[in-house]
Amino acid sequence: METIERLLREHPFLQGLDDRQFALLAGCAKKARFAAGEYIFREGQEANASYLVRTGRVSLEVNVAGRGPVQLHTVEEGEVLGWSWLYPPYRWQFDARVVEPLWAIFLDGACLRSKCESDHDLGYELVKRLLRQVHQRLERARFQLLDIYRAGS
Amino acid sequence: METRASDPNGAASPAPTLPRATPVRRVIRESADTVTLELDNSVGRSFAPGQFNMLYLFGVGEVAVSISGGPVESQVLAHTVRAAGAVTRLLVNVKRGATIGVRGPYGSAWPIEGAARERLDLLVVAGGIGIAPLRPVIYHALRERHRFGRLIVLFGARRPDDLIYAREFNRWRAYPGVELRTIVDHGSSNWRGPVGIITDLLATTDFDHDDTLAMVCGPEVMMRFVRHALVGRGLPPERIYLSLERNMKCAIGHCGHCQLLPFFVCKDGPIFALPKVAPLLDMREL
Repeated sequence: METIERLLREHPFLQGLDDRQFALLAGCAKKARFAAGEYIFREGQEANASYLVRTGRVSLEVNVAGRGPVQLHTVEEGEVLGWSWLYPPYRWQFDARVVEPLWAIFLDGACLRSKCESDHDLGYELVKRLLRQVHQRLERARFQLLDIYRAGS
Repeated sequence: METRASDPNGAASPAPTLPRATPVRRVIRESADTVTLELDNSVGRSFAPGQFNMLYLFGVGEVAVSISGGPVESQVLAHTVRAAGAVTRLLVNVKRGATIGVRGPYGSAWPIEGAARERLDLLVVAGGIGIAPLRPVIYHALRERHRFGRLIVLFGARRPDDLIYAREFNRWRAYPGVELRTIVDHGSSNWRGPVGIITDLLATTDFDHDDTLAMVCGPEVMMRFVRHALVGRGLPPERIYLSLERNMKCAIGHCGHCQLLPFFVCKDGPIFALPKVAPLLDMREL
């Protein structure tokens, strides 16, 4: 059986952390599985975790009156779902619906905040990695805003 | 690798701008604003994948449309048209049995023969209607599977319904060594694939940069980003080919409407090796 620490070491998001930092994170982590169609979280709920995706696909969606749920982005293998636990008011901004069965590592948000406050080296490493994800998502969102495939664009 | 297509039909004939009346044999609805017109080819005009014809709607105007079907010896020539301008908005409403004017084929071709000689893997990257000039490449690579390595097709579109040719995807995927991945900018509740941008697919696609030929067609801004991503993954620029689109009028390099500094896109293109056009892609004035 794989230990949670070994699973953390295998995930691309955490590559480069040292042994002590992996041990600290292991205290906040547990395995998580979700079936297709399940919601991992809903808009407005308390944001309590990050999910390191090992396999599967999650759709981040927002419900638009008159249109129903609109898919904004999908999160897949090797990526991270959720960082709203980092800042008040700690609420999810979108719905996260599982599209393909998900096998992930749950990282408890309150636990992470506490470890990052007491260990700034770990905090810096995590925030640096999350910032890279935010940067990639921002680039993607800007590109989608261009709507380049629209006729006549 | 050579992109210059031979001219078996005599496109450079004494009357290269004279369209021939051609019946529409079939109209296939591809999406809300896109159709494929299968035009009669009983005269047996051949073409090279990547080339285009000028389609003339009598009394309305003429427009350059890539040949989107195959095989080259087919009794019909397929052209996929999206309603985007004055002529194409009417072309997508043409009915079976109608007659339109056709002249061509014109322009350069994807260098797939060179790729076959070296038995390279083919990486096809298409955005939106940009899949149309690449479909003949896909057909060719499927028909002659033994002459190529892997065939990887990455296809991005605005929405799931805009993934044209979707009815063919399962057939393509059934061939050995073929990988087809799609992505959309905006999903829908029943879409199970990825939502994001075409470079997301590139980032998670394994290819051997020593043995791959990339062919890219889509909106120019997409091609700029894809170009950077491919070069960043180690693919030599000389093995990256792009299809450029400009306002083609005469299609034989006389009128200058499609001029791109030293090139006439209709005659020197539309298929270019990246090193030839890379500086032009970065010029904001063009």
